[in-house]
Amino acid sequence: MMYEIRDLHLSLPDMTRKPLLGAAPRIEILKGLSFDVPKGAVLGIVGGSGSGKSTLGRAMLRLLEPTGGSIHFAGTDITHRTEDQLRGMRQRFQMIFQDPMSSLNPRRRVGGIIAGPLRLHGMDGLTARVNEALDMVGLPQNFAQRYPHELSGGQRQRVGIARAVALRPDFILADEIVSGLDVSSQAQVLNLLGNLVKDLGLTLAFISHDLSVIRRLCNRVLVLHNGEIVEESETATLFDAPQAAYTRELLAAIPLPDPYQPWG
Amino acid sequence: MRDARGGEKRPIGMRLWLSGGWLTVLVLAALCAPLIAPKDPLMQDLFLGRLPPFWMDGSEPGYFLGTDSLGRDVLSRILYGARLALIVAVIAGSLTCIVGATLGLVAGFYRGWADRIISRFVDIWMAFPPVLFAILLIAVLGPGLTSIIIAIVVIDWTRFARVIRAEAMSQSAMDYVASAQVAGRTRFGTMMTEILPNVLPTIVALLTLEMGIAVIVEAILSFVNLSISTDSPTWGGMISEGRTSVHQAWWVLVFPLITLFLTVLSFSQLGEGLKDRFDPVLR
Repeated sequence: MMYEIRDLHLSLPDMTRKPLLGAAPRIEILKGLSFDVPKGAVLGIVGGSGSGKSTLGRAMLRLLEPTGGSIHFAGTDITHRTEDQLRGMRQRFQMIFQDPMSSLNPRRRVGGIIAGPLRLHGMDGLTARVNEALDMVGLPQNFAQRYPHELSGGQRQRVGIARAVALRPDFILADEIVSGLDVSSQAQVLNLLGNLVKDLGLTLAFISHDLSVIRRLCNRVLVLHNGEIVEESETATLFDAPQAAYTRELLAAIPLPDPYQPWG
Repeated sequence: MRDARGGEKRPIGMRLWLSGGWLTVLVLAALCAPLIAPKDPLMQDLFLGRLPPFWMDGSEPGYFLGTDSLGRDVLSRILYGARLALIVAVIAGSLTCIVGATLGLVAGFYRGWADRIISRFVDIWMAFPPVLFAILLIAVLGPGLTSIIIAIVVIDWTRFARVIRAEAMSQSAMDYVASAQVAGRTRFGTMMTEILPNVLPTIVALLTLEMGIAVIVEAILSFVNLSISTDSPTWGGMISEGRTSVHQAWWVLVFPLITLFLTVLSFSQLGEGLKDRFDPVLR
């Protein structure tokens, strides 16, 4: 198992309702989630806005600390590990962010952005590794000299993918990575990610609000609603026979080329 | 093949030329003051008091910008005054920048108790009227170059702290900071390698502005006779002396004033120009 997550709770203080004195009330965002991510799986995490899917992703990467339950990564309990204890294993789980403009430091060249994490984990042959990563995501090697603002949205997102795969992680979390792209770039980035998962034997969790994107890429789907799992099944099963009412709502929200033609 | 945008050299703007040019002239004047100053700035000659500048009737050759009421050469005093003005600008400006920017960066990036302490301090500090605060400080420390520099740093660090804190906070919310954490970078490392380069253009713009302000503060302190000894030539001291005889000898007041004005303006314009030119995001 790559991830074993049991009864995961996470709440954050609500600063807008903080009284003058005393602690702010806490909002419960994740209300006891349990699921597994098997090695080699491509898991889709879907839900509307405010369903807690991004918070779940950030908890899995331990950018947030859970308030209850447990997260095991490759057999190791990482639920309450400190940043210092996590640092050595951070190379093994990586993340691709939603907004590639904000996730790439605007004052670094692409080469530096990809090489930075490699250097932190003591890898050598940086230039070769950067070039290899650029090759993998289909960008020319001279892009290493460019700044992020000189790239298009799709190219930037490829840099984000290159940064993650260059570390040769076991697991990658992709958080809404195509929602900012136009449809043709979306398709290219999704194909690229699908191929990388196969070639590198990655385990992937793919967060999206759009079931049609999930359908292309994932073999299992987790449907989140208000911080709870309302449905978990194989992708095909989910599209054929959705169990939860909320899943049917999401399915109905997919724009179809022919609105009268059902999925099938 | 490199992108055309990267290789293209932008012409240096008029702003950068003019401000850089004036400051270069000033630095050279300050360095070479003993060589180029026509007279000894301290030499008094009561027979040559209140001589007008060279284009007016009654001027003496050798006294280009005239003399003050004690017969001291105005041009020589401005040249020697540039030394003090630039020393104060560079040293006080840089120290203020280092102190203020460090505190602002720490407060804006780490937040928590560090931010609470620093922000409270800034709030309290800013409630003091700055000029009175400076006068009080000098009165306690005693007049002198070091006291002026200390006074400027103590008063003005809040300007950097506030701006850099806000900037660091908005940068900290960007995903590249989270991404550095995913990569396993330490908090301190993230601050130095991810946040600092992104607030640096703001720091540089503020630094040059602060250099201009330091020149003004020094002039204000000279004006109230709390700068360096009244004898040594400072622009503020000259303005203050010129004020008393403005009806008889306006040039004693006006020439140092113009120099001061151009210098402060050049510092602030240099900052803006540098920011435009060297920021890869704006470029």
